[in-house]
Amino acid sequence: MERRAVIETRDLSKVYGAGDTRVAAVDGISIRIERGEFIAVMGPSGSGKSTLMYILGCLATPSSGKYFLDGEDASNMNRRELAFIRSRKIGFIFQSYNLLARTTALRNVTLPLLYNRSLRSEAKTSDTKARRLLELVGLGDRLHHEPHELSGGQQQRVAIARALINDPVMIIADEPTGNLDSHSGEEVMRILQDLHRKEVTIVMVTHNPRIASEATRSIHLSDGRIADIVQNGK
Amino acid sequence: MNPIEILRVSWEAIGRNKIRSILTMLGIIIGVAAVIIMVAISAGTEATIQENITGLGSNLIFVSSNFSRSGPPGMMMAGSSGGLVFDDAAAIAEEVDGVSAVVVEQTSSQTVKAGKTSLEEISIQGTTSGFPAVRDMKMATGRYFNEKEVDQKTKVAVLGSTLAEELFGAANPIGQVISVGSIKLTVIGVLAEKGTVGEIDYDSRLYTPITVIFEKFIDSPFARIRGDSVRMIYVKVSDTEAIDHIILQIKLLLAKRHETTLNDLDVTITTQQDVITAQGSTTSAFRSLLGWVAGVSLLVGGIGIMNIMLVSVTERTREIGIRQAVGATPSDILLQFLTEALLLSVVGGILGMLVGFGGSWIFSQASAMRTVVSPASILLAFGSAAVVGVFFGFYPASKAAQLEPIEALRYE
Ligand SMILES: Nc1ncnc2c1ncn2[C@@H]1O[C@H](COP(=O)(O)OP(=O)(O)OP(=O)(O)O)[C@@H](O)[C@H]1O
Ligand SMILES: [Mg+2]
Repeated sequence: MERRAVIETRDLSKVYGAGDTRVAAVDGISIRIERGEFIAVMGPSGSGKSTLMYILGCLATPSSGKYFLDGEDASNMNRRELAFIRSRKIGFIFQSYNLLARTTALRNVTLPLLYNRSLRSEAKTSDTKARRLLELVGLGDRLHHEPHELSGGQQQRVAIARALINDPVMIIADEPTGNLDSHSGEEVMRILQDLHRKEVTIVMVTHNPRIASEATRSIHLSDGRIADIVQNGK
Repeated sequence: MNPIEILRVSWEAIGRNKIRSILTMLGIIIGVAAVIIMVAISAGTEATIQENITGLGSNLIFVSSNFSRSGPPGMMMAGSSGGLVFDDAAAIAEEVDGVSAVVVEQTSSQTVKAGKTSLEEISIQGTTSGFPAVRDMKMATGRYFNEKEVDQKTKVAVLGSTLAEELFGAANPIGQVISVGSIKLTVIGVLAEKGTVGEIDYDSRLYTPITVIFEKFIDSPFARIRGDSVRMIYVKVSDTEAIDHIILQIKLLLAKRHETTLNDLDVTITTQQDVITAQGSTTSAFRSLLGWVAGVSLLVGGIGIMNIMLVSVTERTREIGIRQAVGATPSDILLQFLTEALLLSVVGGILGMLVGFGGSWIFSQASAMRTVVSPASILLAFGSAAVVGVFFGFYPASKAAQLEPIEALRYE
């Protein structure tokens, strides 16, 4: 029996600008990603990796083509519907962490719950959950630290905990180790590997071939198109 | 996002820039305080005037001589029409229906002596017997003089409460003989405290039959021919509904008595209602001026809020992007910034209210001016501050809501 696809795109394109400045950042991508997969997206700078992540993460809509996320057509959603679907189904991890400044790790992790309409959780239960996730990423003793009191690696781990709080169907990570030294990067990768073992679907952009080799599949982009797909055979 | 969370986040955002927030609120604070203080002053003034008017007695008609129309009193020829005379009062009382009391007043200033105590320049008020009823005065002890005593020019006196105390202290003044100018009067009563009404201190006066005043203190060249002239006749009516009819009757009567027509009548008749209406129109003019002052300061305050909210939206573009990325909808963002603007204006409104209360209190302490802080003015000031917050906060908030998540996240 075929496993259910978390992501399915058909001829997905994203065009920026018009005329001379027209850029097809994503140019006709059709992929299918199944539940529990760990996908690495690679390619040279400007090849459209981030743009693809924004569309898959429902932060932007494609110019043309179809995008089905967990069976729902997300190609033509309005901003409100996109926000709902981000809230319910997606955990985003950015290269630059994107934590709220002057806000504790605990509050940063519970932030998505404020906007979650399906998971109307009590303050107490959401705190308990956030604590558990921060312990999971090894920050059980940093609950009340603010981002400026944490190292880059610790901040990225807070961001991972935040991405998990809504029980998303997938994690989208755009160069999560890009700003980190190799030691912190390895820690983050270890956490993502753990999540992968727990059947969490992960799509991750990376420039590092060694990190990419830990994924089940690597998708190589070039000029907005799929140049190659490598099955790592795990 | 639940309302408490929205409030908490807004409150933190405002608290992060305390000085900036307070400076932003200044316009609203001044506007609201101005509204409250000025409305309190105008309400206080109005209340004082109202009390003065009702202090004169209710259901009153004032009939006064109209000298300007018939020339100065000294130029008046015997028999010519001009001015009220004492007998007019009696005629009104007898011939006009619906009149419950008529009183005539005439004052003089004299030295009053009782035993060794001597007081100079005491106002001697000559009245008819209806005076306590018309002016709503009560007796403390003794009685007021009656109609017979007025007719017979009986030499009696009724003292105001302050005057009684100054002359006799704790002793009982009833039955004592005092000298007023060149004559001697027997005290028959003391009035209850009335206070100062319309600048006249009724408690420091001496009251005596008006006939005594005419005979002993005022020389009237016309008295023998036309009767003693009086400045004003107070008519108290029993039924205010019939007041227009009663006024017409008085006019007809006086026209006949003064041998003239209604159009050339030498008296002016006003009612207490006329006085109240005149007062009301001046305060309403003052009110509309206040409205403008308040409006302008709230407008300026609102523009201040809009300005600071635009700055805040730009500064927090990244934060907006993060909130959007984790699931905030455009309306979540809109509500967030709208609440922040509203909070600025409402906190400004509360501070303005406190400043307004303090200012009103200081005003009433520092000057004789009375102030009345009305709940309506608080509601008005507060409500308009809130409306200003929402109105001027809407544009910055909708700008925030329209930010594209990706653009906002890229913002440095
Ligand atoms: N907002 C935008 N307006 C115009 N062009 C854009 C915009 N965003 C991206 N592009 C263009 O789209 C192309 C793909 O950009 P994208 O950021 O997706 O690349 P990337 O693969 O993530 O690169 P990197 O590895 O450097 O992060 C680039 O040529 C870029 O100039
Ligand atoms: Mg990129």
